[in-house]
Amino acid sequence: MLMPKPSQEIIAKRSAIVAALQAIVPGEGVITSDDEMRAYETDGLSAYRQMPLVVTLPETPEQVAAVLAYCAGAGVKVVPRGSGTSLSGGALPLADGVILGLGKFNRILDVDYENRCAVVQPGVTNLAITHAVQSEGFYYAPDPSSQIACSIGGNVAENAGGVHCLKYGLTTNNLLGLQLATLDGEIMRIGGRHLDSGGYDLMGLLTGSEGLLGVVTEVTVRILRKPTTARAVLIGFPSSEAAGETVAAVIGAGIIPGGMEMMDNPAINAAEDFVNAGYPRDAQALLIVELDGPKIEVDFLIDRVRQIAEGKGATTLRVSESEAERDSFWAGRKSAFPAVGRISPDYMCMDGTIPRQALPEILKRMAEMSNRHGLRVANVFHAGDGNLHPLILFDANQPGQLERAEAFGADILKSCVELGGVLTGEHGVGIEKRDLMGEMFTEADLAQQQRVKCAFDPDGLLNPGKVFPNLHRCAELGRMHVQRGQLPFPDIPRF
Amino acid sequence: MTVFKARDDKDVLEAVSWAVSEKSALELLCGGGQRALGRPLQTADTLDLSGLAGIRLYEPAELVLGAGPATSRQTILQALDGADQMMAFEPVDLGPLYGRDPGQGSIGGIFSLNLAGPRRLKAGAARDHLLGFQAVSGRAEMFKSGGRVVKNVTGYDLSKLMAGSFGTLAALTDVTFKVMPKPEKTWTALVYGLEAAQAIGAMSAAMNSPHEVSSAGFVPADLAPKSAVSRISQSGQSVTAIRIEGPGPSVSERVMEIKKMLAEFGPTDELHSTNSNLFWAEMRDALYLVAPMERAVWRISVPPRDGAAVLAAIASRHQVSYFFDWAGGLIWLAVAPGVDAAATDIRASFAACGGHATLIRAPAEVRAAVPVFQPLGTAGLALSQRIKASFDPENILNPGRMHGDI
Repeated sequence: MLMPKPSQEIIAKRSAIVAALQAIVPGEGVITSDDEMRAYETDGLSAYRQMPLVVTLPETPEQVAAVLAYCAGAGVKVVPRGSGTSLSGGALPLADGVILGLGKFNRILDVDYENRCAVVQPGVTNLAITHAVQSEGFYYAPDPSSQIACSIGGNVAENAGGVHCLKYGLTTNNLLGLQLATLDGEIMRIGGRHLDSGGYDLMGLLTGSEGLLGVVTEVTVRILRKPTTARAVLIGFPSSEAAGETVAAVIGAGIIPGGMEMMDNPAINAAEDFVNAGYPRDAQALLIVELDGPKIEVDFLIDRVRQIAEGKGATTLRVSESEAERDSFWAGRKSAFPAVGRISPDYMCMDGTIPRQALPEILKRMAEMSNRHGLRVANVFHAGDGNLHPLILFDANQPGQLERAEAFGADILKSCVELGGVLTGEHGVGIEKRDLMGEMFTEADLAQQQRVKCAFDPDGLLNPGKVFPNLHRCAELGRMHVQRGQLPFPDIPRF
Repeated sequence: MTVFKARDDKDVLEAVSWAVSEKSALELLCGGGQRALGRPLQTADTLDLSGLAGIRLYEPAELVLGAGPATSRQTILQALDGADQMMAFEPVDLGPLYGRDPGQGSIGGIFSLNLAGPRRLKAGAARDHLLGFQAVSGRAEMFKSGGRVVKNVTGYDLSKLMAGSFGTLAALTDVTFKVMPKPEKTWTALVYGLEAAQAIGAMSAAMNSPHEVSSAGFVPADLAPKSAVSRISQSGQSVTAIRIEGPGPSVSERVMEIKKMLAEFGPTDELHSTNSNLFWAEMRDALYLVAPMERAVWRISVPPRDGAAVLAAIASRHQVSYFFDWAGGLIWLAVAPGVDAAATDIRASFAACGGHATLIRAPAEVRAAVPVFQPLGTAGLALSQRIKASFDPENILNPGRMHGDI
């Protein structure tokens, strides 16, 4: 993965940059020793490592804005970082860039039940929000699997999803307000505790912008009352087609489950070896359908799901009768990644999305690719919304296997696009899928996105090298190439 | 004044190319349904997109629909009805407020306005449902963003930016959006006779219950007689309404629970599906404020808890008619147009708690004189201008429709 060439000129000025940052963020807020910086050299995409120029950990929005303004003035690149759990390398440092860590922004500022929202600092973990409001029976809905560690600021940057987003939406659907520090040193408020601010939807644009537009210094999220009941059905199928048809039929029947997850046979067996969840080892596909809501509604819908699954040829079917049993259904799914980690020295987790109906087709293609690349693959899906997480098994110590795994992953994602889907459903583009962007977008599509970046970051200093395969100067992107037009379509009537 | 009537995306590209090279502004129309909203435009020419109509893709099991921007609201609703599905954000139909028949307008207009109805609380706004689009930018370039799947973080989410941009960034040539199954049953729990502040308390209690309320609204006693639902029009009192949707047995039980819970606020009642649908459509389209036509109409979004206080502050200085949607977070308000339709007082009323106000209906001279949309701060305006310029550097598309030259 080629990153932008580090500027030797900036690296040579390191001590001046450190001194300037220390003047903004006093005390221990600037980290310069290799030993301490080592903790920041990678994120959740640990195949890639890079020591940063320097790390700074500001404590106030004003300090963040001042750091950004200084870096903009001095032409220094900035890589924002939350908890460092990005699976796409979104927080990978640059040799000539400052890591701007938000770890000290760890306070919950206000919980407002009357307006059903919480105001939190960006370094607060996703799960900590739910912990802060669960005594009153509330929770924060998006639940990425890293929720114990990942920060809400990072969730905003990546538009994080999770098992429950089929019914409750992604991060972008659960935000009310942001405070943003921009490269020109401004601190802006977007939204608040009300809905749908007027003007351009800057909050929607910033969510999922992968730290390329600004740095979020405060987040207002919606909180929801926790459903009184949740029950799950664990269903085994003789084929992935039958499981896929069941998913379509459930949704076709007007049922939007809280979660609808699928695992293929290799994933089922890996999970079963690991946690003994009681999954049917001979099933070709396993579905976990969870319904949540008022008890009477859940019981009613569980029965419908059961009928649909049986009609589609389910071979095993269990309905949870207790919270303990529901947890046991999930135990295998939730441990799928470590379970696969046990049967293979390394694995690579992909993240494409396809239209639900293309599930059997993508599985067929993956089996063929697995043969071609000589690597095994296990699959877990957020089946309800067509989001795939193929786990490619490889051994990084065997020469060539990492490259083969990457090629296999790229083939899977290209297939996702061919089938009407997209490169990434919830992990972000980062560096991982950056060079595949051309599979989905034309030059004009990408240039327009980059022009939007220019509106925030005219010198390309915020998290460069991520998301976009080619870096262009804003002046070059701004140039117009319109040929002098004739009067439009003169052959048709005008009024 | 020339009207260019585009037949397809190539015509759109050609027309915008011409306008860019002439540095001559274009007003975009998808049928003109929403022309009365926003600042009045003074462009030389018009680009009529009404030829770009028709449903390109509708797969009910995939919960997705794709269509040309000029596809009519009616066409989309008919297709959705056939599969028992809906646009869950309940697009507001502003036609009646402007004195036109209901049911007009286009899907491009719906997304360009980003107005959502009572289900906003549970299902999100139009922007939450737009999955992808194709468009011609003010640079005269065709581009696309997003896709047809819900789970998608590939590149910037330009769909969000496009929703609510009033055609100031690009001319849409295709939209793809999420659709949802219609609820089997829709009932409404009613509480009669509350004051505005009490109603906010009752709606908050319902919203904070585990009964999955999809909408909560309040119609004061003076407007209740305008309802077509006799239980409301003949109550002679204010009505606080809580909507419950879902499978049959669940809905009846939850409505019972809500009524039990709200009995301490006042006498309760319930509406079943037909009346519920009628009532929430009235609220969605602000039918209570249609007449008298000369009055200006505002749509004010504030933190729900502050709805009654904001309303009281405005009402202390102006004679207003109003009702609440979004559990008090949305105030629809009618006031004499005067010179500025009370814009200054209205925007001052929520300065402390935060919010925004849009002047939905007013004579053109008032809309030209006061900001129709909530004014942006200095930094916000500068950023919005740079974003506008990134799509439309020559200011060709709907210039001045929103703020200043945007």
